[in-house]
Amino acid sequence: MRLVVDLNKCQGYAQCAFLAPDVFAMHGEESLVYNPRAEEEQRERLARAVAACPVQAITADGLDGVGAAPSQPAGESSDGS
Amino acid sequence: MAADYLDRLRREGRIVIVGASLAGLRAAETLRDEGFAGSLTLIGDEPYEPYDRPPLSKAVLLGKADPRHTELPRRREIDAKWRLGVPATALDMTAKRVRLADGDEVEYDRLLIATGVRARPWPKEPEAQLDGVFVLRTRDDAVGLHRRMKAGPRRVFVIGAGFTGSEIASACRDQGIPVTVAERAGAPLAGALGGVIGAVAADMHRENGVDLRTGVMVTALEGDTVGRVRAVHLSDGSVVEADVVVVSLGATRNTEWLTGSGLGAGPRGIACDAGCRAFDFRGIVTDDIFVAGDVARSPHALFGYQFLSLEHWGNAIAQAETAAHNMISPSSDRRPHLWVPAFWSSQFGVNIKSVGVPPMGEELMITQGSLAERRFVGVYGYQGRIIAAVSFDNTRWLEFYERMIETGAPFPVEFPTVDRRPEGRTPVSADFPDPSLPTHGPTVTLSGYSPADRQLVFTPARH
Repeated sequence: MRLVVDLNKCQGYAQCAFLAPDVFAMHGEESLVYNPRAEEEQRERLARAVAACPVQAITADGLDGVGAAPSQPAGESSDGS
Repeated sequence: MAADYLDRLRREGRIVIVGASLAGLRAAETLRDEGFAGSLTLIGDEPYEPYDRPPLSKAVLLGKADPRHTELPRRREIDAKWRLGVPATALDMTAKRVRLADGDEVEYDRLLIATGVRARPWPKEPEAQLDGVFVLRTRDDAVGLHRRMKAGPRRVFVIGAGFTGSEIASACRDQGIPVTVAERAGAPLAGALGGVIGAVAADMHRENGVDLRTGVMVTALEGDTVGRVRAVHLSDGSVVEADVVVVSLGATRNTEWLTGSGLGAGPRGIACDAGCRAFDFRGIVTDDIFVAGDVARSPHALFGYQFLSLEHWGNAIAQAETAAHNMISPSSDRRPHLWVPAFWSSQFGVNIKSVGVPPMGEELMITQGSLAERRFVGVYGYQGRIIAAVSFDNTRWLEFYERMIETGAPFPVEFPTVDRRPEGRTPVSADFPDPSLPTHGPTVTLSGYSPADRQLVFTPARH
């Protein structure tokens, strides 16, 4: 699954790093680094991170930003390559 | 009638987007979101679908992401024809056609130009072609540099300590790779944030073991007998041995393909109005050609209506969305692009962010935290108002200052704040280098006469 974080919006709350530690990590106090191509088995954790981000800075394929249902079924990905 | 034309355009028109990156993709999504049902063609010179660039100098070099996998997620289906791996080579404004490198021509009713910028290469071509010399802008650049860094180079040499150069140096140190950085200005980031903040950045470099050389220029890259780079010569006479050299000297706008088209395009970008409509070379606004992203320069109300061009991620998205909306909307529904500039960088474990246009600032106040702690907010003043703010590991304050920039709040900053230290009570000079002596290249360019300056009086001739 592809994802992107709007780091202008990101304020380093680190909710994503708690909920999906294999995708997101803090580098220092506030800086976020992430893997823009998350493994498929991370889908549910990623969905939780997307939903939990206080500033809604995460966009992921098949997980629609605001209020994405954490238990969204897999297989919706438009990731072709 | 205009309304009929617009109706037909929305139903069955042909829209062509040149530039298949962040701005191009987000524009295409916006067009479909707003009901454009005609044909949509995206043209890109790289063979890849739109990908994200910021991770290439951060997560990728830190080994947290694969440089081949930063494709942007899609917000929605766009049902577009893709012409990837084929650069556009010419524009015929009269016939409304874009010519491609493979000889094809694509006709449009509305055109969006989002061709962005490219890395400025090392100017001496034989030296630039030495094995081990890189720039870092594209996915291919990142794949090559990433491979060399994983192979454990003896020393990496970075030319230019702007944001990209500093991020590369940071990633090297993170992985224990010896690195030397050369910067023509007195400090890293000085062109973007001024010498006062630059001094903090210099401390960060040195404390993390970067061999930082300021106030020097690279004079030559030396290769060995089989064409691999082996040493870098500096203007102070010193020679540094390095097997990887990264040229981080800013960017050049991709406008050469428009030469002779009649569009107002040149080395500074493509001039457009606040609604993203391109100007032709006579300064007349076009109604079928729009511009977005790094290649555009448009007048901004917050900065004296001077033409502003921004190499900023958020600007690419905001401008693309505005351009796309305006492309298929009647003039009464069009919106101006008045995004407040904002960017981020992450280096040596510190989160650097800024809003507004720091290089326009003359004075600086540290309104939260302190420089010594490397956790602070600096506010820039210009002609008695707040023009920009920068934060080091203090991002939550920036939104507050963004509002102040938008409302033209006064400078010096007077309100009592939390965490204001004695050092931040009076403004100091922000210490920007003389603009006639270019550094690594600013990521913000302001050009044109500002009416706020009142240096000129125009007296029309009487008949």
